[in-house]
Formats: sequence, structure tokens, C-alpha cells
Amino acid sequence: MTAPHTDLLIVGAGPAGMAAAVTACSHGLSVRVVDDQPAPGGQIWRAIETVASTPRLARLGQAYRAGADRARAFRSCGAVYEPQSELWQIEPGFRAFLTRDGQARSVTADAVILATGAQERPVPFPGWTLPGVLTVGAAQILLKTASTVPERPVWIAGCGPLPLLYMTQLLAAGGQIAGFLDTTPRGRASAALRHLPAGLRRAGELAKGLAWSLALRRAGIPIIRHVTDLRAEGDGRVERLRYRTEDGREGEVTAEVLLVHEGLVPSIHVPLALGCTVEWHPAQHCYVPLLDGWGETSQANLFVAGDGAGIGGAEAAEPRGRLAALRVATRLGKLDAVRAERAAKTERAALARALALRPFLDTLYGPRAQVFAPADETLVCRCEEVTAGALRARAVEGRPGPNQLKAFTRAGMGPCQGRQCGYTMAHIVAAAQNRKVEEVGFFRIRPPLKPVTLGELACLDQREPAA
Amino acid sequence: MNAEAFDAAVIGGGLHGLSAALHLARARRRVVVIERRWTGRHASGATAAGVRTLNRDVAEIPISLEAMDSWHEIERLVGDDCGFHSTGQLLVAETEEHMAGLHRREARMRQLGYRHEEIIDAAELRHLVPALSRHCVGALIARCDGAADPHRTILAFRRACEAQRVVIAEGCGIEAVSHERGIWLLSCGAHRFQAPMVVNAAGAWAGRVAALFGDDIALGVRASMMIVTERVAPLLEPVVGVVGRALSFKQSDQGTLVIGGGLQGAADLDRERSTVSFNELAKGARAAADLFPAARDVRIARCWTGIEAQTSDRLPVIGASPKAPGLLHAFGFSGHGFQLVPIVGAILAELAVHGRTRRNIAVFTPRRLMGEGIAA
Repeated sequence: MTAPHTDLLIVGAGPAGMAAAVTACSHGLSVRVVDDQPAPGGQIWRAIETVASTPRLARLGQAYRAGADRARAFRSCGAVYEPQSELWQIEPGFRAFLTRDGQARSVTADAVILATGAQERPVPFPGWTLPGVLTVGAAQILLKTASTVPERPVWIAGCGPLPLLYMTQLLAAGGQIAGFLDTTPRGRASAALRHLPAGLRRAGELAKGLAWSLALRRAGIPIIRHVTDLRAEGDGRVERLRYRTEDGREGEVTAEVLLVHEGLVPSIHVPLALGCTVEWHPAQHCYVPLLDGWGETSQANLFVAGDGAGIGGAEAAEPRGRLAALRVATRLGKLDAVRAERAAKTERAALARALALRPFLDTLYGPRAQVFAPADETLVCRCEEVTAGALRARAVEGRPGPNQLKAFTRAGMGPCQGRQCGYTMAHIVAAAQNRKVEEVGFFRIRPPLKPVTLGELACLDQREPAA
Repeated sequence: MNAEAFDAAVIGGGLHGLSAALHLARARRRVVVIERRWTGRHASGATAAGVRTLNRDVAEIPISLEAMDSWHEIERLVGDDCGFHSTGQLLVAETEEHMAGLHRREARMRQLGYRHEEIIDAAELRHLVPALSRHCVGALIARCDGAADPHRTILAFRRACEAQRVVIAEGCGIEAVSHERGIWLLSCGAHRFQAPMVVNAAGAWAGRVAALFGDDIALGVRASMMIVTERVAPLLEPVVGVVGRALSFKQSDQGTLVIGGGLQGAADLDRERSTVSFNELAKGARAAADLFPAARDVRIARCWTGIEAQTSDRLPVIGASPKAPGLLHAFGFSGHGFQLVPIVGAILAELAVHGRTRRNIAVFTPRRLMGEGIAA
């Protein structure tokens, strides 16, 4: 049985993937979109189709509401849409392997756009693996999909637009906030102001952020500023938090739920696995794939759009998706280069506008130094239970890189493929060996990109007997 | 000439290179290991680490049995047990026809005077491996076989080398060699090493290294694929293979299932990369799921390939170069070299120090592969 083929395979049905699909279909390309969620929308517009007809829509805010039109346009664009499908490998050429309903199979395509978005930056601290400690992103998913509001007051720790947005949404939904441990370091606000003139092009976004902050203050939420160190303690689950601030103030509070967030990093596992060149993004403290003006990676016909190209939000994701689709259409002979260039001009202007506030946000909310230097007792690799201390001890023996350290300690060998420990490990290696983190590099990514069972892989053998 | 001088230079920081260096150092030779990347970067770091005498080519059995003795006291050699457990290895028959083949193999071994392989029936097989599917009819077993932890083994050999003052030069790829007054000069970038004896233990790249010394040795390449799963509760103790299918199935100390068996991915020697082919690897998953029904729903954590050399007769190359004075070759283990690590190092040290060895290695001579076409 030969694998089904389309001109273009898009991975991810968020803002970038949907925009790319609509544009590609409008130029006559055959398009397949695979996504692990049950419905289109990605993270920002998660569950938009079902929420659109409920009163919850109003509580989740204007930016969320905008997703309803996008999902409609995507549904009617003509792309083959495969929800609830895990993509776990792409082989050059391209052959992609998927699992859906416990069955593995492969599909082929001439070009691929990866619109797989971002993940929350892992924040290891003592107690971060205790039940009751979650990420703000995970809590927001519950709020969107199930309107689940934690029964008891929650503590929030971290920085960035997402905690502010979530707290506003939670209050609107009737939730209670015990307090906010703001980890934004002192002096960041004035440093960020330097980028404000450029950011004024996004005055609307700025106003939104200010409105969130004001709403929190009006609600009388306790806010503890400039928190540097955090520890969750409890017997079997989180019961209390200890924290220290920049000026040495220490505190202890009781807590049943702690939600943490220290910004987002692009999902780079697929580009790394495919051998794409990545470069260090100093302002966002992460790797991003090296891309041309269309979003094409160092591997021909492989594109990255959306937050996977560098954190920019939904409004940057859409023009990035359309740019990649335009280029694919040209490559495959469906659109002449002059018309593509003309259309690209509009998209690049939109992208520049969308990114205007980024330098301000990146400066204001860049992760604090402690995120990358957890105490020795802290688990860094959750899968294999390897502590920061164990990694530090090994990191000085023969100057190993991340891959050797992985072999020595098993950190990064678990099912999450280093998504939780990769950057922390790189920083620990860099500090121990007095090197720059961007010189240390990242794990070699080994397939499968998502866990697949032996039984699922075995059924591939039945469907496609090797020639 | 400001090259650092040694008694012996070993090219290749895999396990065979480290073992050769360790044995040479114990014979009071000053040794450098020259490694292009880092110790254990390729096949040694990607192996399933099976310690197997079972079902080997008859030519390898004498050295394999001697190596087995070394594994049972590996701590005396390297100061660590390398995670070696003597859990036995099994070759399972799924049909009576395959079982008949195992009986023939056992009879032949007895004829040759070997006792390390025995037949067991379905009842004993079930007793030894309760998780095995009921359709299996019997097996051939080597009870003293087992498996080790590859990374722990690399670290143990490396540390033992360093304790014997072996110099390990990582990040040094040999680019040019020259020979003057009985001394080899090896150059890699700004680094220079000189030594009268050189061991070529460069694995998949050993053919290229041999060519630098003027030896034209036909060598193929393998990229054997491996699967490792998430951790599961204890499922089996021995290492299980099966007649007629590419499968080697075992459980590590950590509880992960480690599945190999020699299914081939793609290797790229120039880029030093190899890639998994999932349509091919699915056969291994099918075999694992058929033999161990309880493993069907276990999640795969990682798959990988390791690059190593393969000869046309699947036997290693161990011995002195017929042309280049002072050059010893040790490579081409064709997918089953891990168990031989302790013995091959000992043989190379004997050859280097005494010019001969008490083991019979005539069958492994490099001569047999010189002047023929490139093997598949």
C-alpha cells in the first residue's frame, strides 16, 4: 500500500498552520494538516469552536474571540484535516509518520510547514515535581476546554503576559487567587522602556497589558515583587511555598495549587531531528531555526511558521504561515515569483507590526538567572530523576557536551526527549565549564518525536510490507 | 618535529580502542588514544551491549569463550562490573522446523567439543521466561551469557585507561600519516603524535584509516537500529533472540526494554550520521509484540542507529598489517563485537609487545579482505 500524498503537509492547526492552509489551498495546492488536538485553534484558540456558542467566550477576551472566524475559514478551505493525530517522525523527502486511534501510518508530501508552536519554558526549582504544581499554560487549557476553575485559591509564580492574562480570565470565571509571586527582576521595567518607542506601534497590546495589571490591583491580589528563589514543600503534594526576594525578604505561605510560568520557548525538536541549522536567540534565551525571509529552514522545502520560528504570538504566526505557503506555491509551480513577492510584501509588513512590541516584552520578561541555575538538590530531568548536583559533578569530568552527559547520567533519555531538561542542562554545562551556553549546543534528537507504542509501530509492518 | 612521543598510538576511542590501550598500558607501554569526537561516540555508545557466545560463527568461538571468562571477572580488569549480569541468552524457535535447526546446531557444537549451548524444551522456556508467547516451542540457551550497560562500560574502560596514564586525545581526527626510521608520525590539525606501534580501531571508518597507511581493505558499513522503551515492571531476565527474525529483546537495569536485532537504517560515513528507517524498524516492533504480547502497549522512548564496519564474511579483522610495519588492525566486528572487547585488547597488546599471540587469529587476518571489491 503506498502512502497517501499531498503537495504540502502542515503540522499544527494553530494560527500559523490554519493561515498557511488557507493560503496554500487558495493557490491550488493539495494540503494535509495534522494536529494532536481534537479541533482547530492551537493553544491560543484552543476549543474555540465549542466555546464560541457559550457565555465563556466573553470571559476569555477579545483575542480569543478572533479565533472563531479563523477556524471557520480553515474548515472550509479544502485542506485534508486530521485532528487527534500525533506526528512522531518525519523522514527526508518527506515521509511523515502519524498515530491516530492507536494506528500508525505514514503519509508523504513534497513540502512541509512545521507550525508546532511553543512550549512553556521548564522552570526547575525544589518541589516543582510535586502534585499540585502545574504550569499556567496547563491551567489555562483547563479553563478553555472545560471551564474548570480551581476550587481553592491558587498561587501564581513567574512573569510574562500569560500569567497576567490567565489571572484576569480566572477572576472573570469566578476563580480565586491567593497571590502572585512576580519573578520579574528589579530594573527590568526601565531597561524595557528603551524599546518602548518602537513598541508604541502596538499601543493596543500595551494598553491590554496595563489593563490586566490594573484589574489585578483592583481585585486586591497580594503581589510579591522581585522573587528570586522559590521552593514548594509538602508531604506527597504541595502544602506550602517558601520564597526569597531580591532584597533578601523571605516568606512562607500555605498553598494547595501553584501555577508557574517563565515564558515560552519554540518547539525545536522536529527541526533539530531533521538536521536543520538552529541559532541562539539571545533576547529570548533559546534556539530558533535559521530561516530565510519565507520561513524556509536550512533543509530545502521544509518551513517553520508560528512561534516555532521564535516567540511572536498569534498575530506574528499568521503572516509567517502565509509567507511559507506562498513560497511552497511558487516552488511547486502554482504561483509565479513576482506575484508571490507582491503578496509577501503585505505579509512582511504585518509581521513587522506584530513583532514591534517583542523587544520590549523580551527585555521586561526575560527569565531570571535562577531559572538556569537551580540548587543542587533540584530534579532537572524529571523522567530519569537526575538532579542539578549530579549533572554539575559530571560536567567537570572531561568537559562533556550535552550528549555525553546524557550518556553518563541518563538525563534526557526519558519519554519527554529532553523537552524538560534540555536548556537547564545546557546552562549547567556552560556554567561548570565556563563556556557560553550557545556554544554548548543541545541534545541530538532521537525519534520518535512523540511516544508511540510497540504495537502501534508494529501495525506499520502489516500495512506496508517492505519491498 | 615537535610531536608527542608514545610507545603506541591507538586510533579510535571506542571500546576496542580503549581495551587495546588498557592492555598496552598494563604491559607498561606509554599509550595515546586518538579519538576524532569523544570516547564511545559511535558503535560503542549505540550498542545493545549483549554479552553473547550463543550461536556465534565457529571461527569466533575460541576467543568468544575466553572473553566470556573475562566478563565474569570484568571488575578485576576495569574496577567496575560494567553493569554485567549473567542472565543467559536464548535463541527461541517459534516452529518445530526452526527447533530442528537448533537441534542440528547443538549437535554440531557437541561434535566440536563445545558445551556452552544447550537445548531447552517449551516447559523450561516458559519457566525461564514466563512473559514469552505460548506459541514458542523451545530454545537454544547459553546460560553464562548476559548483557552489560554500554555507557557504564565505556566509562569504566576510560577510567581504567586514565588510571594507567593513558593519554586520551578527544577531538583529534587523523588527517595524515608518515613513516620515518621505524616511527609513525600521525597528524591531526595542530596536533602531532609519534609512535612505533599503531592500532587501527576506528570502527566504521577503519577502512579509511587503513588507506592512510597504504592498506586497501574492503569494508562495508552497518547502521543497526535500536528501540528503547519507557520503564516497565520486571518482565524478563535473559536476553531473547528468535530464529528467522531480526530481534534481540532484553530488559535493562533501569526497567526499560531494549530491542535490537540488526535491522538496518541508513549510514552516512562522511557526515558521521545515521538515520532510522521506521518502515524497516516496524518489523522489529512486530517481532517484539508477537513474542511478548505484554509489551504491545509499552511506549517507545527513543530509537537510534549506530554506525560500524561490516566485513564480507561477517568476521572481524584482527592482526598485523601485511605491509605497514608496526600497524595492527582491529575492526569489522559486523554487529557482534561488544562481547569480544576484553580479549581483542589482550591479543593486540600481545601482538604489539611480543610480535605474536598464543591465540589462533589466522582466520581474522586482514589479508583475506585486501584486493577484493567493496563488500555490501
